Amino acid sequence: MHHSIEIENLSFKYPDGHQALRDVCLHIEPCEKVALVGPNGAGKSTLILHLNGILTGEGDIRSAGLEVKKENLERIRARIGLVFQSPEDQLFSPTVLDDVAFGPMYQGLPEDEVQARVFEALEVVGMGEYGARVSHHLSLGEKKRIAIATVLSMTPEVLVLDEPTSGLDPRARRALINLLRELDLTMLVSSHDMLMVRELFPRVVIMDEGQIVADGQTRELLDDAALLEAHGLEMPDLQ
Amino acid sequence: MHVHYQDPYRPGRSLIHALDARVKLLVTIAFILTVALIPPGFWPVYILLLSLIISVEILSEIGVVYVLRRSILVLPFMLAALPIIFTLQGAPLFTLSLGGWTLTATQTGMERFISIVLKSWTSVQAAIVLTSTTPFPDLLLAMRSVKIPRMLVTIFGMMWRYLFVLGDETLRMMRARASRSGQSDTPSLKAGGSIIWRAHVTGGMAGSLFIRAFERSDRIYMAMVARGYDGDVRTLAQPKTSLLNWLVLVFSLLLFTALLALAYLL
Repeated sequence: MHHSIEIENLSFKYPDGHQALRDVCLHIEPCEKVALVGPNGAGKSTLILHLNGILTGEGDIRSAGLEVKKENLERIRARIGLVFQSPEDQLFSPTVLDDVAFGPMYQGLPEDEVQARVFEALEVVGMGEYGARVSHHLSLGEKKRIAIATVLSMTPEVLVLDEPTSGLDPRARRALINLLRELDLTMLVSSHDMLMVRELFPRVVIMDEGQIVADGQTRELLDDAALLEAHGLEMPDLQ
Repeated sequence: MHVHYQDPYRPGRSLIHALDARVKLLVTIAFILTVALIPPGFWPVYILLLSLIISVEILSEIGVVYVLRRSILVLPFMLAALPIIFTLQGAPLFTLSLGGWTLTATQTGMERFISIVLKSWTSVQAAIVLTSTTPFPDLLLAMRSVKIPRMLVTIFGMMWRYLFVLGDETLRMMRARASRSGQSDTPSLKAGGSIIWRAHVTGGMAGSLFIRAFERSDRIYMAMVARGYDGDVRTLAQPKTSLLNWLVLVFSLLLFTALLALAYLL
């Protein structure tokens, strides 16, 4: 059995010279649910974009057992379901159905299989009746769920989400948390929602200025007020 | 995570950089107008104009090679002038036969074509020098002060501002698509889908971008109205032009007039 995510000494510099990642090492076991936290600009999104080779820095990455290099990219992208922060980017097709079908269609699956996958993915996120709807008329909470369905339809091994609860109202947030709890997949989720992190993720990775500054059990790290404050984070306040 | 969009402005400290943006704009427009007005076939004047713009390129320290490389971008547009070789009356040069069709190239046509190519190439270089040595906001102010309609200048400004936003949006959308463009582990399946399906997806993306740009423009307008926009754009007064700038302006205009006179009186 391979690791789901193995990153060794990853560094990355944007073309404008900004050093976004420094010597990042991260290992995630199958079925582990890991939260990635840190202030804005810490490099969370940059790190996520390396997992399926959208960005390529210096260092070694193996995603879902495959080395991230040009020949493997397409196979990796089928195994790593990456959901972008803004559903506006994720949903680029005219209808919900087209969008959820994109992944399986691209893989060349037969039509009935595509349909079955789309149906199942929409059912899982609780949006079974939304297939024919036009994406840009949906609410943010609905768009976020559909965005997740667009990668579930590819039956990925690892689910990577970038700030899934940002901008959601309490009910939509709760629904999303419940959905994430039920999904039985390896997960790496970047978030500022510390309450959700405490509730859902047994392990947390803290990033700041392109480096991983802490990696351990959520219970311990989120109780370390000095550590959190040093990296611009706040302790979740459970009343 | 942004599009590293090519801002044509190249910072520098040359004389050309230091000139007033208004003077540069007027001189560039006058130069392009002069180039356009020289009748076809006046090779000596073309060479004078070309050497003039190349001297300015050297003086501006942005590099002649850089300007030439960027000016190549307009070459495809010059192809539009190609039919002129065959459509003008004159002494025949050579004939081409395409199936049942015979095309005769004439000397007048060839002369006209080469003139058009040279003229557009020279003009484009002038525009490149202008945009490479003048920051875009200064250029907008210059356009305003030489009485180019304010609404038009505002539209240029907005376009410039939101081009980056739209570029970023396109980039993120393409990343999202690439992330889901995967290959199944079943070896018999070929990834990629049919060309028609892919064209369909790309069309959908273009449509989504259009709708979003449209909706964004609505929101921008509301944000402008919320801050008191009433359809009129007000700007701060611009500083006076120095003597050197006046000299450059007057000298350039005289020079262009002289070149035109040369072309028409010769």
